[in-house]
Amino acid sequence: MNRTPLFTKKNQSALSRRGFLGLTAGGLLVAGCGGGQGAGTAPQEEGVGGFTGEEYSGPDLSLAYWNGFTGGDGPAMQQLVKDFTAEHDNIQIKNNTVDWADFYQRLPAAAQAGKGPDVGAMHLDQLATNAARNVIVPLDDLAEALGLAEEDFTASVWGPGIYQDARYGIPLDVHTIAMYYNMDHFEKAGISEAPTDAASLEDACKKLQASGIKNPFWMPNQWPAHLMFLSLLWQFGGEPYAEDGSAATYDDEAGEQALTWMREQVEKGYSPDNVDIDAQYTAFKNGQNSITWDGIWQINDLEDSGLNYGIAPLPVIGDELAAWANSHHFFMTAQAADDADRANAGKTFIGWMSDQSAAWSDAGMIPARNSAREDAKFTDSPQAALGDQIEALHFLPPVPGLGDVQVPTLEVAVNEGVLGKTAPAEALSKAASNATELMGKNLEKFGG
Amino acid sequence: MSVARRSSAGVAWLFLAPYLVLFGTFVLAPIVLGLWISLHSWDFTLPGKPFVGLDNYVDLFSSGSVSFEPFWNSMQATGIFTVFSVPLLIVVPLAVALAMNQKFRGRNIFRAVFFAPYVLGVAVVGVVWRFLLDRNIGAVNNYLGTIGLPDATAWLSSLPAAWVALVGVTVWWTLGFNAVIYLAGLQDISAELYDAAKVDGAGSWASFWHVTLPSLRPVTMFVTLITIIASANMFGQSFIMTNGAPGQDTRTAIFYIAETGLQNFQMGEAAAASWILTLFLMLLSVLVFGFFRLRGGTEAS
Repeated sequence: MNRTPLFTKKNQSALSRRGFLGLTAGGLLVAGCGGGQGAGTAPQEEGVGGFTGEEYSGPDLSLAYWNGFTGGDGPAMQQLVKDFTAEHDNIQIKNNTVDWADFYQRLPAAAQAGKGPDVGAMHLDQLATNAARNVIVPLDDLAEALGLAEEDFTASVWGPGIYQDARYGIPLDVHTIAMYYNMDHFEKAGISEAPTDAASLEDACKKLQASGIKNPFWMPNQWPAHLMFLSLLWQFGGEPYAEDGSAATYDDEAGEQALTWMREQVEKGYSPDNVDIDAQYTAFKNGQNSITWDGIWQINDLEDSGLNYGIAPLPVIGDELAAWANSHHFFMTAQAADDADRANAGKTFIGWMSDQSAAWSDAGMIPARNSAREDAKFTDSPQAALGDQIEALHFLPPVPGLGDVQVPTLEVAVNEGVLGKTAPAEALSKAASNATELMGKNLEKFGG
Repeated sequence: MSVARRSSAGVAWLFLAPYLVLFGTFVLAPIVLGLWISLHSWDFTLPGKPFVGLDNYVDLFSSGSVSFEPFWNSMQATGIFTVFSVPLLIVVPLAVALAMNQKFRGRNIFRAVFFAPYVLGVAVVGVVWRFLLDRNIGAVNNYLGTIGLPDATAWLSSLPAAWVALVGVTVWWTLGFNAVIYLAGLQDISAELYDAAKVDGAGSWASFWHVTLPSLRPVTMFVTLITIIASANMFGQSFIMTNGAPGQDTRTAIFYIAETGLQNFQMGEAAAASWILTLFLMLLSVLVFGFFRLRGGTEAS
């Protein structure tokens, strides 16, 4: 029953894409894009959809725009949407904000039923999955029309947006995890500088304990514990997954060192046992601990809390600076690609948004564009303190279904390792072998 | 005569029709479709849904497969939860209902207090108790410490404390519902039976044992069945409070099925797992029916 609409849908989109090519092929002359930066570089050849960078000038329409900016980043996005509609009379934006956790469940289902969004924002590591599921369409033409090129971005954020030789996402930002610390506690303990390596972190913990903070650095065993683990793994020189999505490789020496260090923080008493969901962050806001590692998306929340906090790059625990990162990318759905007007309007929207990379610093994020990181909007923001770490970010490879594999494997291993339930090596090797098997199944399922 | 009978049968079907349509659409059809899905490698977002025969079932039953351990762990978790929560949810609500049935001042407030938690959704109950039961910053450990009891129990991330927490919260949350059903049953017992028992010289214990309990048998059977089914379907509490921790020890069968089917879109395998869980529940229901029948039989003779 489900099959027929799926096949016809594919055919339809192929047909209308051809029609769309014909429609817009003559649009090369008017290359005055809403973006600015790359508007001059008109594409020499059409990408999929043949978008040429011109502003959408068709009949009034309304685009469904889905995203998961529910946290401190929500108001910043709403402001951007407002600014966009003020500049574009013929495009209405119907903004639908869903919690990220539900977002990835709902999106394929809604797209399947033809009730999904036209455009949206999703995480970099979800692009391949949704591309393989035919939820989203390639945007090479848009990237080209906007004059986006790899040099404009840190390479690590540009590459994973490509799946099977096509670009599926336009980067908006980069986000990573950072070290937050309580300035009042640091002052009282006589620490003048944020720790930069394992030794200075341990030294700080000892001083903080001496000043009366019983457990200064709480080690979570649930979110964002696996992001901490991945950062440490990269710091010790490891790689979590084979680039081609065939195997999980975090069960090596680097992985063991990373997880062992995490558990050690509990054993040495810097962290209490059994830090439950979100407790490390709540306790940080309450001044019950002094150091916590968390996403930079918490910046706005911490600003609002009135806590006297500092933010710094993760200390180098392993051999070199490295940190987990992810990125919000704009995408367009197959549903929008079916209709030339919607596709064009959607691309106008994405192009405009992509240019607001610097303004998006208000959401606590790091702009994806190199040029936007020189903008005062960013250099004056708290997250600018991350400095060098921005050059040392690591992203998960674009492997369909990888995020779903990680939940019952790596996340469980980190949980058991930090809780002291299972020895790090054992937990990781079991998780990695299960993950490798699940990844093999995925390769088969998504047709490699 | 036969015409009249036929037309009355027609009327009966007519009255049953609305329910049958709903039952067919929302229960029967999904069950059959689920069986069909379980025979495929089914990801509804992909065009290809290859037929795999019984492979999904074989995977779940062969110890070498990657799904074997997580699935049976989750079945075990559901089993543990059911074994501990069902007896409590049968006995405690009965005691509460007996108290509710007494005549005393403030009886209505007493009834409302016990029923109130049931009005809350699982999300509210889960989040509130997750905060209260936090190992390091929760109110429960804090107050336990204040009165000199152990204050470092990891209610949400260690065993067996996590089971105590999950079962305790569930009993607190749902006992009001069972109690109200018992209460209705109690009010249905004719006062003459108690009078007769009194005449025969029965004390309050004897009249409870020989009048109340036997009269409540159909009600107790109903409560037992729905409680077993509700417990076997436990998901929200562990999803919100423990997220399956420690490791995957409190990840229940429904948790596993939801994660496999709705998050990872491996719907074939999830459907197969659902069928296995369903067969277990059917078997259990038959046993419960048999148990109450048997007891009914011996009492009658």
